[in-house]
Amino acid sequence: MQKITALWMRLRGMMHSGHAEDDFGAELESHLQMHIEDNLRAGMLPEEARRDALIKLGGVEQTKQAYREREGLPWLETIWQDMRFALRMLHKDLRFTAIAVLTLTLGIGANSAIFSIVNGVLLNPLPFPHPEQLIFLHESKPNFETGSISLPNFQDWRKDNHSFSTMAAFREYYFSLMGMGAAEQLDGQFMTSDFFETLGVKPILGRTFTRAEELPGAGPVVLISQGLWQRKFGASPDVLGKGITLEEKSYTIIGVVPASFRISVFNLRNRDVYVPIGQWKNPVLNNRDAGLGIRAIARLKPGVSIEQANADMQRVTANLTQAFPDTDKDVGAKLVPLKEQMVGDVRPLLLVLLAAVGFVLLIACVNVASLMLARSTGRMREFAVRIALGAGRRRVIRQLLTENLMLAFVAGALGLLLAVWGIHAGLKLLPAALPRAEEIGLDFRGLLFTMAVSLLAGMLFGLVPALKISQADPQTALKEGGRGASTTRHRAQSIFVVMEMAIALVLLIGAGLMVRSLAHLWNVNPGFNPHNVLEFGYTLPPSLAHGNPDTIRAAYHDFDNRLAAIPGVKAVSQSWGAIPFNGDDERSFWLEDQPKPASNQMSMALLYLVGPDYLKVMDIPLRRGRFFTEHDDAKSPLVAVIDNTFARKYFPDEDPIGKRIVLDDSSGRKLEIIGVVGHVKQWGLDASLDSKFPLQAQMYTPWMQASDSFIQLAPGGINAMVRYMGTSEATVAAIRRILDQISDQQIMYDPQTMDSIISDSLADRRFAMVLLGLFAALALVLASVGIYGVIAYVVEQRTQEIGIRMALGAQRSDVLRFMLWEGARLALTGIATGIVTALLLTRLMTKLLYGVSATDPLTFAVVAMLLAIIALAACFFPARRATCIDPMQALRAE
Amino acid sequence: MGDKRDVWQGTLALMVLKTLETMGPQHGYGIARRIEQTSGSQLSLNYGTLYPALLKLEQEGAIASEWGFSENNRKAKFYKLTRAGRKLLERETRDWEQTTAILARFFRPAEEA
Repeated sequence: MQKITALWMRLRGMMHSGHAEDDFGAELESHLQMHIEDNLRAGMLPEEARRDALIKLGGVEQTKQAYREREGLPWLETIWQDMRFALRMLHKDLRFTAIAVLTLTLGIGANSAIFSIVNGVLLNPLPFPHPEQLIFLHESKPNFETGSISLPNFQDWRKDNHSFSTMAAFREYYFSLMGMGAAEQLDGQFMTSDFFETLGVKPILGRTFTRAEELPGAGPVVLISQGLWQRKFGASPDVLGKGITLEEKSYTIIGVVPASFRISVFNLRNRDVYVPIGQWKNPVLNNRDAGLGIRAIARLKPGVSIEQANADMQRVTANLTQAFPDTDKDVGAKLVPLKEQMVGDVRPLLLVLLAAVGFVLLIACVNVASLMLARSTGRMREFAVRIALGAGRRRVIRQLLTENLMLAFVAGALGLLLAVWGIHAGLKLLPAALPRAEEIGLDFRGLLFTMAVSLLAGMLFGLVPALKISQADPQTALKEGGRGASTTRHRAQSIFVVMEMAIALVLLIGAGLMVRSLAHLWNVNPGFNPHNVLEFGYTLPPSLAHGNPDTIRAAYHDFDNRLAAIPGVKAVSQSWGAIPFNGDDERSFWLEDQPKPASNQMSMALLYLVGPDYLKVMDIPLRRGRFFTEHDDAKSPLVAVIDNTFARKYFPDEDPIGKRIVLDDSSGRKLEIIGVVGHVKQWGLDASLDSKFPLQAQMYTPWMQASDSFIQLAPGGINAMVRYMGTSEATVAAIRRILDQISDQQIMYDPQTMDSIISDSLADRRFAMVLLGLFAALALVLASVGIYGVIAYVVEQRTQEIGIRMALGAQRSDVLRFMLWEGARLALTGIATGIVTALLLTRLMTKLLYGVSATDPLTFAVVAMLLAIIALAACFFPARRATCIDPMQALRAE
Repeated sequence: MGDKRDVWQGTLALMVLKTLETMGPQHGYGIARRIEQTSGSQLSLNYGTLYPALLKLEQEGAIASEWGFSENNRKAKFYKLTRAGRKLLERETRDWEQTTAILARFFRPAEEA
């Protein structure tokens, strides 16, 4: 307490020390007078009396100084002094200040922005209670490590495991909403009970559903989103118990899910409606080997690790394999932490960007350090005088560091603004590339990071010049008249330039590799022509669902004809699973001349249900035989078309045309192969044959020959694809008009061009390329400025030497060559260092590359050449100035 | 001068407090003289060092100051103990006695220990 009072008094003492000083002056004066009087009384002479009093006191000024130091807080005062002085210095040299601040602002701002993204996506915990306990579950099968879980398997997992407190399965579904204004498509999901309990999300109104309500035959209930609640029910609190009609069935609303529940991972999204899975009228829902796209989430019991859960699930699935060898052999559970499932794919991308942006900051620091060094040489005399007058070296270093830190903090504040703007712009520009994008923002941690980076930067660029100065011998410095330490300065600056060149080269190579990867990807033939292809989802009137299959087929046929009649539409096809990059369906089968294998030994292929004009829509080449026609309908023999991968794999030495395959479904339908078409890159442009998507064989069957049970489900929503002329907007509008004409209960949703689907599939790489390119450009500019500065300085320093050389007969071209060589030496050293560094570092971005090795010699060579040329260009201007030196003038200046 | 002792670190404040307790309000010069006298001129006190010490005590609230007039009718700044100062003095005195008592035991002849 005493200490604090004293500290407060001292702080106050600092504020109005003027008055206190007069006061103390008076006190000392009275002290001296009293002492002198006493001395006189003791018989001293006046002179002697005064002298004795002063000696006893120990000097007036010394006492005042000691008093002053006790009065205020001397160290605080020094800092305050330093800061005011620093401000004055920075203000005096505005041009220097502006360049330094701008350079650092770019560096710090870019770092803050990228860190904020990394922070939002990778570091921040998911917005759920105890997010580390959340696990995403797949079913691993011989074909797929992350396949879909069958409902019966899920139910057994849930029952038999000891590791999870709750577990819930879900599957997205699109419901058409009827009877509330115009019909519309709602995002929905079928799910088991405990879904929201697992995530720890509580409804803002009502309740979630029970295990009993999950079962088939239970009364239909539904939870709706807060958005739907506000939009359709005016946020009325008595919505509970009301009915809502989805697909002709009335569901009772039992709860409202808060709008704050947002998630996007794999097929898990926040939806408009959440419906118990028992309401799903899918004939194979309860088949143990059905692949219906169901996944699950689960919450680990407290204290249970994922390894323990893995072992536990291994036991559970092994038991199932024993109990159901037919369907569950080699079937396991694949556990992925929810966060890993969400952000695992972008981690390498973000880390590469973070490293790159760190390099940019390093260059910025080096550049400012180099500037500082240039300036400090000019200030050598100032510091020499100070040191000569008795200032401690530490005091001088502190003064310099204060200046640097002030620069850094001004830049940090501006950088923060830049970062806020940058994040905003970046997310708007490239939204598709990042999961959790809506959670990205500048938060406290980002702020802290910016401050730390600024501080670090300030130390980094400030320390070298400060040390240099403080080491300088004041005598030589004073003698040389400000030009001292010029050789050491030159050396330090050269090292800086070499560093800058090296870093710039690393960044340029990184950007170059990304550009080449994307160029490769754009040139990959996807197996179809994506231009002018539009895909969209649509429903038939719900009255048709579960009705007579032939009526439904007729409705599709009619719709096809109407679409085809739109001017500008060149070809139309239904699509089930036939939109590459965008969903898939697979089917197990065996060849007719084989015995039927066990259920899990079946061959698998991607299955596309399409119309006769699909090849025209997609521009896929027909290799052999024929494709479907109008006549391949429900009444004619069942046919299939395969791709050449399928043909190679299953008919390596024979002609597949005329062979039959048997589908492993309830009816065991036999299909005759009538044609072979080109392979389509189903899994993305970058998916190579040996990638994590082993399923490459493709099989097409006619939409009109789909099984009756399948056709009955289709009115709920399938996709169509058209090849169009003109704009996609006009085509979409025309299709909407057609749908409105047919029925107001028919909905079109999510229209997308095939081009945009492909473009989205490359979004993360494009994100990396754009940012790396930006950073590399920034680095290039900074490095060029750096080398320009050095050469300009050398020219200035050697004016006399050059003058003498020219007076002795050196040609202007010799001078130019000489100066350029000076720059080239630095550039080449930097480039060599950069190449070695890049060889070590680009390996880290292997995952982002496609079709180009991380040490691609062409990229390395081209980028190195480019950098060398730019560096030489930057040297050229100051070097040319050297050739303009008038020898007479230069010599006279001595 | 050579055989005089310097003031031990930290004891000056205690001396000041004790002086103010015995003498009542006193100016800086008076305190300095008194300390010197009390020590039997055994201590060499640099009068100047007294003032930062006084300031420190004042900042800590142990003493208060005001301008007044000396016995010779000269304007001078007088210091007096505050209530907190008295308490501080009591505490410090106790501590000091304890410390000296402990130290004294170390220097007693060995046979008595």
